[in-house]
Amino acid sequence: MKAISEIRADFPILSRQVYGKPLVYFDNGATTQKPQCVLDAVDKVYREYNGNIHRGVHYLSDMSSEAYENARETVRAFLNASRKEEIIFTSGTTGSINGIAFSFGEQFIKSGDEIILSRLEHHANIVPWQMMCERKGAALRVIPINNNGEIILEEYYKLLSEKTKLVAVAQASNALGTILPIKEIISAAHNINVPVLIDGAQGIQHGTVDMQEMDADFYVFSGHKIYAPGGIGVLYGKEKWLAALPPFQGGGDMVDKVTFEKTTYNELPFKFEAGTMNYPAAIGLARALDYVEETGREDIAEREKELLSYINERMTAIKDVIIYGTSSKKISTISFHIKGVHQYDTGMILDKMGIAVRTGTHCAQPVMDRFGIEGTVRASLCFYNTKEEIDKLAEGIEVVKSMFA
Amino acid sequence: MTINEVQDSIIEEFSLFDDWMDKYNLLIDLGKDLPVIDPKYKIKDFLIEGCQSKVWLHPEYDGNLITFTADSDAIITRGIVALLISVWSKRTPDEIIGTDLYFIDKIGLRQNLSPTRSNGLLSMVRQMKLYAMAYNAKSKQQL
Repeated sequence: MKAISEIRADFPILSRQVYGKPLVYFDNGATTQKPQCVLDAVDKVYREYNGNIHRGVHYLSDMSSEAYENARETVRAFLNASRKEEIIFTSGTTGSINGIAFSFGEQFIKSGDEIILSRLEHHANIVPWQMMCERKGAALRVIPINNNGEIILEEYYKLLSEKTKLVAVAQASNALGTILPIKEIISAAHNINVPVLIDGAQGIQHGTVDMQEMDADFYVFSGHKIYAPGGIGVLYGKEKWLAALPPFQGGGDMVDKVTFEKTTYNELPFKFEAGTMNYPAAIGLARALDYVEETGREDIAEREKELLSYINERMTAIKDVIIYGTSSKKISTISFHIKGVHQYDTGMILDKMGIAVRTGTHCAQPVMDRFGIEGTVRASLCFYNTKEEIDKLAEGIEVVKSMFA
Repeated sequence: MTINEVQDSIIEEFSLFDDWMDKYNLLIDLGKDLPVIDPKYKIKDFLIEGCQSKVWLHPEYDGNLITFTADSDAIITRGIVALLISVWSKRTPDEIIGTDLYFIDKIGLRQNLSPTRSNGLLSMVRQMKLYAMAYNAKSKQQL
């Protein structure tokens, strides 16, 4: 296992200070920091071989096209997808879900159909489906959650019916950290031939993800949450589904033949990649995934498990701290509230101590409504965080309590 | 005191503190001391909703001066609300409209007014000016 000092040295930003205090970065659920090797990979594209992909006949275009296609292969291998054609680059999780919601809606959804989501979803996995339902006269059905912030599987089974056309759930909740029982969710849907989309935005970076084992029909994630640059994401889809769906955007590179009378589309995966894709970020994503492999996905998961158990221990010991999301199966994210202190006040003061957390509803208002709260403070950790940083958070909370008492 | 004299005195008060925590302690005190808004105004009509914190703002115009009362659910936001009230309450619409609001920048609280912060403060500043413009237009109509 790589030493923590070695890991932290891989991320230049982690050694900086804010307000004269060492940075404690606990907002990894929003975005992760980037290792030097990713910064170098993107820098190299622009310095050495920048050219538009799939278009030029010239040397640079060839080089960047090749690097971009290699990046697709890296993503395929990382996900253990069967085929490279099943990997579509997008702008991120939101872009991926909007795309599928549009194409799936156009092709398969009619009035009276139902889409099942969970109460734990991020707005990105609610609003696109809502928009599609409004367009098609379909309806959303929502799997409820219990007081621990876990979905209630029995209720999910009851929601499944002949009206169900698709199930879309998160791999893990961004607001509470709960890991969802996706195996059970997928197999129950497949029993009645309903496809499942898994929103992997909070799952991909925390352990091993294997498409052939998971058997999801669609799996989406964002690069920037797994140490890659912003503006790149992935849409994995089983070939049988992607082949059956119409494109969600029209433009260059996604076409086979264009006349004003009719356009025929390019083959997979290009059918879904209209216009110039963010190829430097895709190349950066591939480097990030390689970095994760080099560091060891199991080691990363192990470290994060230890951090989660330590932060749980420290936080539960602080008087007046209420933790939301108390499932035994969680990613290294903890959502909490200090009794009598507004989460915005907590976040502002922690910030001045150099501690970056997120406050508010975390783009998951239905979760907040379920607990009857306006928002929480969220500390989302990843493998480069340390127990010493958790101690600083605990001390910071005591300071906040004394200031607002 | 003129509006700018009030702004300058706020800047001076904050300049006594180098440490961020001290500045925020001062804001918290100001927030705690903000006179309470009449509960009948703490309703949706006077709510400025941000996704981080909420602000309630109520204007009262006597034909010459606008008196603002306000509140927030977060104390730091309330502290800044208190500063804005001390600058802009009991002023004529013309004074408010003509203000160059520079004190927030000078005391280093600009991040609290960024559009992405969504704590309701930026909208509050806009709303206060809008009220001033509306009252201004109304009194000119009556002339």
